[in-house]
Amino acid sequence: MAGERLDERAIALCAIREFKDGDIVNLGVGIPTLCGTFIPPDKEILFHSENGIIGFGEIIEDPERASLNLINAGAQPVAYKPGMVIVDHAESFSIILGGHIDITVLGAFQVSEKGDLANNIMPGKQVGSLGGAQDLAFCAKKVIVTMTHTDKHGRPKILKNCTSRITAPECVDLIVTDVAVIEVTGRGLLLREVAPGWTAEEVQALTEPRLIVSPELKEMGLL
Amino acid sequence: MINKVVGTFDEAVSDIKDGATLLVGGFGGPAECPSYLIAAIARKAVKDLTIVGNSGGWGTAFMEALIKRMASIAKFPPDFYDLGLIVERGQVKKGIIAFPAAIGGIHTPFEKKVMNNEVELELVGQGTIAERIRAARAGIAAFYTPVGVGTFVGEGKEVREFDGRKYLLERALKADASLIRAHKADRYGNLVYKGSARTFNATMAGASTVTIAEVEEVVELGALDPEHIVTPGLYVQRVVVRPRGPQPWDKPM
Repeated sequence: MAGERLDERAIALCAIREFKDGDIVNLGVGIPTLCGTFIPPDKEILFHSENGIIGFGEIIEDPERASLNLINAGAQPVAYKPGMVIVDHAESFSIILGGHIDITVLGAFQVSEKGDLANNIMPGKQVGSLGGAQDLAFCAKKVIVTMTHTDKHGRPKILKNCTSRITAPECVDLIVTDVAVIEVTGRGLLLREVAPGWTAEEVQALTEPRLIVSPELKEMGLL
Repeated sequence: MINKVVGTFDEAVSDIKDGATLLVGGFGGPAECPSYLIAAIARKAVKDLTIVGNSGGWGTAFMEALIKRMASIAKFPPDFYDLGLIVERGQVKKGIIAFPAAIGGIHTPFEKKVMNNEVELELVGQGTIAERIRAARAGIAAFYTPVGVGTFVGEGKEVREFDGRKYLLERALKADASLIRAHKADRYGNLVYKGSARTFNATMAGASTVTIAEVEEVVELGALDPEHIVTPGLYVQRVVVRPRGPQPWDKPM
């Protein structure tokens, strides 16, 4: 019997460990957005949002304090922060395409063995959206995917080949799910960590491609 | 004397014709949306429009639900008229849009029309839309971008390799009119924006035959610090001031 699955907050905390002091980071909507809320005080991270704000503060959930003139790419009001910069959309994407984003954390419907990312069309929908995810997936220095390991029917989301239309080929570097941390390498998918109470075999059973189990396999932790 | 300030929204959009291509500023929220210009387009009832923007909008059908859903986070104004308004009214034949589909199980008016083959969708990422618009403003005919190679976005487009990396050829996106929202203007059409409301608005200024700016306030020439002006007035043909209080979209103004 496998252990419990991690909640969204724990997934975000595991992804945050990849951020280095001084990194420029762009967060997608959903679990990735949570990565902005638990930054350790010894790291100064500048968040970039597609709509052209850089170095902004925390998400504000109080309508009395929120300003509609300072929203992130998920249209959530955020706080002003000293050192913050505002640019227009073309400049914002020059920053992305120019390779100035150190890390992007994105959600996904599927990721392939080679690191292909599929996140532009929801299963069951006829019309998709790209937003800024394609630009980020192609051009950020490091692409981290945070997602549940399986879909709502319990089917694997990490596949040999994506069945959903891909957003970008061979772009994902690291997958952080509710049961594992998996690195995309030239040799295949490297299982680096498993959630507490889970074994490599139990994670493999929920994953279509074969996983290479790291000799230093660890339990997912916050440090 | 240069004076780009016009008296009414109806006058500001008076030369927009059936079949026009419109770059429409905004991102997703009310503060950056040129709501009263969109309302004027709805009143004018021009048809067969091609719209270019981040999203196809929520329209009136979802607005009440959206305002309620957002109430715990932010107070939305009642006069938020987005592209969904003219989509719902059947004025749009095509959208070049980055975010047409709503997250979750609901369908925006734009999404529904695309599903029913009533509206053609060209799905383009935000970076490519922004750069195609910037190129139009700058007189660049086309450019190579790495984004989209090997995906559905690249289908039918020229691929060329530079320094070992593949790029797609994308064309500039020049339009008949840019409808944008800014904070303050002077009579030359110089513009400043407020916070994250700059977004696509500043990008779209100057990329069309006519750029029309909806602003909170017109100030005296010289009141805007030249170091802080974001959009030079030469990109802007018309400026129109928003009403002091919320007005219904269908009221002539």
